[in-house]
Amino acid sequence: MAVPDDRTLFEKVWAEHVVVPETPETPAVLYIDLHLIHEVTTPQAFSLLRERGLAVRRPDLTLATMDHSTPTMPVTSFRDLAVVGESAANQIRQMEENCRDFGIDLYGFGSDHRGIVHVIGPELGASQPGKTIVCGDSHTSTHGAFGALAFGIGTTEVGHVLATQCLLQRKPKSLAVNVAGRLPAGVTAKDVILAIIGEIGVDGGTGHVIEYRGEAIRALDMESRMTICNMSIEAGARAGLIGPDDTTFDYLAGRPRVPQGDAWDAAVNRWRSLCSDSDARFDKSVSIDAAALQPMVTFGTNPGMVVGVNDPVPDAHDASFRKALEYMQVTPGKPMSENPVDVVFVGSCTNGRLSDLQQAAAVLEGRKVADGVRMLVVPGSQQVKRQAEALGLHRIFADAGAEWRESGCSMCLGMNGDTVPSGQLSVSTSNRNFEGRQGIGARTVLASPATAAASAVMGRVTDPRKLT
Amino acid sequence: MEALTTLRSRTVILPIRDIDTDQIIPARFLTTTTREGLGEALFQDLRYDRDGAERADFPLNDPAMRDCEILVAGNNFGCGSSREHAPWALLDYGFKAVISTEFADIFRNNSLKNGLLPIIVDKDTHEWLLANPGVELRVDVEASQLELPDGRVVEYPIDAFARYCLTQGIDQLGYLLQQSDAIATFEETRSWKP
Repeated sequence: MAVPDDRTLFEKVWAEHVVVPETPETPAVLYIDLHLIHEVTTPQAFSLLRERGLAVRRPDLTLATMDHSTPTMPVTSFRDLAVVGESAANQIRQMEENCRDFGIDLYGFGSDHRGIVHVIGPELGASQPGKTIVCGDSHTSTHGAFGALAFGIGTTEVGHVLATQCLLQRKPKSLAVNVAGRLPAGVTAKDVILAIIGEIGVDGGTGHVIEYRGEAIRALDMESRMTICNMSIEAGARAGLIGPDDTTFDYLAGRPRVPQGDAWDAAVNRWRSLCSDSDARFDKSVSIDAAALQPMVTFGTNPGMVVGVNDPVPDAHDASFRKALEYMQVTPGKPMSENPVDVVFVGSCTNGRLSDLQQAAAVLEGRKVADGVRMLVVPGSQQVKRQAEALGLHRIFADAGAEWRESGCSMCLGMNGDTVPSGQLSVSTSNRNFEGRQGIGARTVLASPATAAASAVMGRVTDPRKLT
Repeated sequence: MEALTTLRSRTVILPIRDIDTDQIIPARFLTTTTREGLGEALFQDLRYDRDGAERADFPLNDPAMRDCEILVAGNNFGCGSSREHAPWALLDYGFKAVISTEFADIFRNNSLKNGLLPIIVDKDTHEWLLANPGVELRVDVEASQLELPDGRVVEYPIDAFARYCLTQGIDQLGYLLQQSDAIATFEETRSWKP
């Protein structure tokens, strides 16, 4: 049978994983190559398996860690870590039990590879081109940076994958986001994805898989590509992916979970065919001019409410918009750069990797966090922490007056006790500025690591290009 | 999962767009290891003030609206996190259906797998519903139809398989488990192994 030459990358990956094709009456049965699990969205799924006497079909394709409700306070031993409450401690205990009982590898406390699930998958080389990857976490889209089809699922679906290694899925549509041209100096991947979400809106990708394309995307390193794909869900997209290339293969080479020897060469050969055909048809497409971008920040209560750091906040035009500005205590017509900052958070599955910490450290080196500002730096994994410490970044952070922590999701969603006090303004490298996301009444401004660090130094939201 | 074939209820209105899952149920309630009891935390920070007292201006706190089983929300309901705690909380509170012009993908999937019906309506119907709180609606799930008080019938889109599972009260795991031979064949015959 002739293979059509107008398929998108997404369609190729999808087609390779269809166990049973979809019909008008039934969705496709889609095979999953990698199932990432963490403590928050799995207990009820394991309970279901126990109730029905089911085993985990492919524990070897399942990778577990603990990241959401885990403490980040620096201590000499993980066993000394104080978990925020009895229910969080119970959740962590259940995760350990479930992984032990069902034969799943757990990168738990004491493991050098523990960390945020979307940081350790790539770090271990488990996230690979052409795979289907799911996790009970919406930021699973991160792994699309490798040319994988990666998306978040709910707990019921976690149970489906544990029991059958498959999901029932209708095929989503495709959306091409072309970022043409070159990024100006001082503009990073975070600024690009915030600009994209600002352009298409928080529901602009609903029902679609985004493919990020164009010269500016090709020029990005893997960690930057992960930042872009990570926030696909903030545009409502089912997933986001980028065609794999030498940047991808160079990143993966030699990592613990990639094929070795001849199998590596065969894999790279196969991966090279994973690109959208030149005549590929997308259901929708959008273009962004990279050269016109600048450091971006959010001003409202969703990631689509975005503005250039020096540009005036747009005016209110409906009730939901006005409610958001009121919550944020932000004035239309004035730039965000006038707002004083209380808290700065550098970390999360969006911007908690080594290069993110390096960007923040480059701004902080030889400078101090402004009086009255609390800055928290939380590495995305224990490996990132170790690498950062080998480079002396922890000393730069400590000398500047920032707190250096153990890895975890931390203040991105404040489940582990790391929260922003009510009413305080936080410049955060995380992914969501929803009301109350970082703590009850917390006001979150999303930004890049460089913008976050510059804001910490100046004590107000600041364009990092002013500090170079 | 309970079968849902028809539904008759008055509506309660939450006229805010882009209501995210953090607003539906904040992350601090996600340390639970069961599905039960989350209704108390539904819309926690919108529903209660800092001292835990009900906010009088929040629509769900209107005593006349306590038994409503249909929530009408602004555009793009359920965006954000994949937490299934969001539909669990809505169901535990007593809702059986949510009406909007658009739902976030993961929220919609999670809802359908738990017996919470996401109803997508056109802009005009949506605006009429937002402007007329508390009207009684009839939902015929098998026919995918919503009947307005004036007798007008509005069809809404829903995946045929999800509708079948909803009206029969069956979960989808049983269907997937029946595919185990096809899954085993796929695992054996695929051209590369993960």
